[in-house]
Order: sequence, then C-alpha cells, then structure tokens
Amino acid sequence: MKVLVTVKRVIDYNVKIRVKPDGSDVDLTNVKMAVNPFCEIAVEEAVRMKEKGIASEIVVVSVGASEAQEQLRTALALGADRAILVETTANTESLNVAKLLAKVVEQEQPSLVIMGKQAIDSDNNQTGQMLAALCDMPQATFASEVSVTDNSVAVTREIDGGLQTLSLRLPAIVTTDLRLNEPRYASLPNIMKAKRKPLATVTPDDLGVTLSAHTQLLGVNPPPQRSAGVKVKSVAELVDKLKNEAKVI
Amino acid sequence: MAILVIAEHDNQQLKPATLNTVNAASQLNQPISILVIGSDCQAVAEQASAVSGVDTILVADNAVYQHQLAENTAKLIAELASDFDYVIAAGTTTGKNTLPRVAALLDVAQISDIVAVKSADTFVRPIYAGNALATIQSLDSKKVITVRTSAFDAAGTDGSATITPCGLVHANAQSEFVSEELAVSERPELTAASVIISGGRGMGNGENFSLLEKVADKLGAAVGASRAAVDAGFVPNDMQVGQTGKIVAPDLYIAVGISGAIQHQAGMKDSKVIVAINKDEEAPIFQIADYGLVADLFEVLPELESLL
Repeated sequence: MKVLVTVKRVIDYNVKIRVKPDGSDVDLTNVKMAVNPFCEIAVEEAVRMKEKGIASEIVVVSVGASEAQEQLRTALALGADRAILVETTANTESLNVAKLLAKVVEQEQPSLVIMGKQAIDSDNNQTGQMLAALCDMPQATFASEVSVTDNSVAVTREIDGGLQTLSLRLPAIVTTDLRLNEPRYASLPNIMKAKRKPLATVTPDDLGVTLSAHTQLLGVNPPPQRSAGVKVKSVAELVDKLKNEAKVI
Repeated sequence: MAILVIAEHDNQQLKPATLNTVNAASQLNQPISILVIGSDCQAVAEQASAVSGVDTILVADNAVYQHQLAENTAKLIAELASDFDYVIAAGTTTGKNTLPRVAALLDVAQISDIVAVKSADTFVRPIYAGNALATIQSLDSKKVITVRTSAFDAAGTDGSATITPCGLVHANAQSEFVSEELAVSERPELTAASVIISGGRGMGNGENFSLLEKVADKLGAAVGASRAAVDAGFVPNDMQVGQTGKIVAPDLYIAVGISGAIQHQAGMKDSKVIVAINKDEEAPIFQIADYGLVADLFEVLPELESLL
C-alpha cells in the first residue's frame, strides 16, 4: 500500500512570534523554521505502518518555496522513501494547496493520505478536508488511532464530547491529532541517507493548476496583552478578592 | 443576501455553540436560516425555531444523516448553499470537520474561527495560537465561515422561526460510524461554562483531579486540563484547553498546577478573570493571571473548597 504524507514548513513551535511594525504580517526573517508538529505526527504514523509491513512506500509532499526542501529532507530522514516539492512562492491558502495536492494524489494514486490536522501558523484546519472533497475520498479528521485492514481504515477521532470511531473505505484521508503517536528523532545515519533519497520538484504549471486568490490579508495585529495582576498571600484573600473585587463568584 | 447557519446538535439537544454562531451571523444584518441535519431530530428543530433573529429552520431528517458524517452532509450543505451567500458553523470539531469540505465543493475559501465581523466580507481571526490577529477579506461571492464561539455572546431564545422540511438525501457509501465514547458529566460543558477550573501536570495523577472536582461542584464550574495532563493520561482528551483543544472564555478561569505554555494560553487567555495557583512563582501563567497564588495546590484546593 502506498501512503502519501504532506508536510508544511512553519515557524518552530517554540519561537515567540513578532508582528511586523507596519502590521502587514508576521515577521519571518531570521526565524527558526521546522516541520509543522502535526505533519511530523503524520510522517511518524506512515513510518510505523511501513515498519509493520502495512505500507510499502511513503511519498512525502510539500507545497511552498524551495526552502521547504529542508522539511522534506527531515521527513526522508524519518523514514519516507521519496519526496515531491510543489514549488510556489504564491499565496498558499488552503484551497490552493488542496488543489495542488489533489493533482499529486491523482498522479500517485496512494491508498491512504495522512496529513496534519492543522498548521500551527495559520491554524486553519482545512486542507485535509478540502483535499478529501476534491478527490471525493472519505475523511477522518483529528485521529488518535489508525488501523488499516484490507480495504478499509478504522480511525478513532478526538471530538468535542470524547472519542468517535469511523471506518473509511480506502483510498481515504486521515488528519492527525496530538495523541496519535510521539514522533521519533532522526538519527545521524538516517539524515545522511536522506540526502541521497529522491526529491522531485514540480510547479503548479506542471500540474496544470492555475492558482487564484480567494482571500486577501489586510493586516496583522498583536492581540490585546494581558498584564500580570496581583499576587495574593492566602486562599482566604483569594476568595475575598474573587467575591468582592472581581465579583465573579 | 442570506445566511445559512449549521446547527450543532446530537439529534436531541441543540448545543449552545449554535447560539453564539447565530449571534456572530446576526452581525452581518442578513436574514438567517438554521439547517438541522440529523436523524429523528425534530426536537432540535423545535429548539432551533426559538433562537432569536432566525427566520427559517430547514430540517434534513433522514437516517443517512444520523452521525452527521462529513462525506454526505457536506454534499447536502453545498447543494443548499446555492440559495445563500454565507454558510456559517461553530468552530467545534463537527464544524471544523465538515465546513472545509463544503468550501472545497463550492470552490471557495473558508475563513476559520472568526472572532470579529468587520464588514460583509472582512473578518478577524487568530493565527499563531492567538499570538496575532489577522484581518482577512474574502474575495469569494459565497462565504464559508466557522466561528470561534467564545468570542461571541449567545443569541436569545425568544424567536419563532418557521420549520421547513428538506427532503434532499445524499447517501454515504464511503464512511461508516463504528462507535463512540462520550464523556458523561453532571457539570457544565467546558465551552459553555461561566467558571472553569483546570489542572495541569502539577496535579500528579488522575485521582487528584477529584480535588478540582470538589471545588468545581461548589462553584458550578466545568473541569478542564492542560495538554500535559491529557498527554500524561490523567484525564481524557475532551477536557483539554488550548490551541488545539477547546478554546474557552469564561468569567472565571482557575489554572491549578499549570505552567502556562503559549499553547495553553491560546485556549484561555480571553477569560475575564484568570486565577493561577502554582508553587513555581516563575511559571508563565502568572504573567497573565489577575490573581496569583504561589502555593502547594494540595494544600490550597481543600482549603478553597471549604471556604466556598
């Protein structure tokens, strides 16, 4: 079974972001970049499937500027077999990314697509569901457990009220939640090996996709800041403040 | 110009998130219809008809929609969307699951998790775990939107909308419901509670959450948790507050044994009053807390319970 995994290059999750002084966007200059954490979980899940003999090949795909090759190499070092970069510097809004990925899916014909549920930069939580619609495939978002049997995949999903398990006919799309697995670190020999694994670059033109803007970013502002309040000395003082000052209990 | 709001429900109860969503929709000043998709969901339709400011309730009541799976509900919504300019749902796991699929079928963008309506086509939404607010203009003629419910008050319930059945049936041969494990609690839902008390890694284990529950019962509060507490297996996932868990904004949020990583802050920093109880006075949670108490939570919680 072929598994296709997507990865997005985003600001490292430990970095505290800054808004540009002109309020046009978040400042990405000289900021540490990394694989989106949810995408890392997606790669790990595919690698585990390969280790169990369920997956035969893992193709990792990214959409973005040429620098995203770094993140594809990381995925190759973690165990993916080959990589495809859809290289574009154009606005990569979810619908456009989904359209590009739909073409890659059409060419590659994977049995399963595993993606992160959201990217920690735009926090949109859209691309997997959009790709599922464009490919007319079933979807299971927010996965915390995935098990493949013959022609279907059972997925346990983290939903607001608890957990829900669905069975999807393959080919299908799964998006990962935090507790699906704990991704491994790439070993040095595997990082070296990854440099020799195939990485193909295609453009939206090659895929026959014309991208159009569906949204426009008008500006970015820092959120209102909360400031630290007071330290109370005892539980009695806390209860008194909540009753008589804040009036919330 | 008209708005279609997708009802959040479990075939019996209309969820409060729908009321916040309707309130967000009402800021667009257009006629609002609510779509109830489910099976044996007439009771939900009746509750929805009482939501203030709504003209029509469309009810797609059929066994194929029992579990509201995205594969067919998205097709139904996309088909009905031809009569509407806006399709809006709550940013719950159901809304997040279904609406992007609708947007792609309609070939339009989705504006996720809006926290403010600026104009008919411009919205504000948090990005980077709420560390920045983006103002986004939709360039599509049809707008598909999810709403961060904690950013909007609930609509009233003194309306009298007309209930209209919708007979469109989209079968689903692609996905199937297997099972569900839903948490049962007498306490209010996290996203609807006016007081929340949450525990973190500092709670030590799952049994110690009973200390929080006792305080919660005194306050009529919901109980939440940080990602660290959920990852450690202390409590189930549905209690997680944070960037990728539930986003809450109660009147009072009490963080107990939670250090306050930015991912946790993203889920609760819009609460009106924040209390932090932690024995580490350097914990980042104190930087956003209105009231901080540097103390051992195992001493504080029983005392707090007795004083309330």
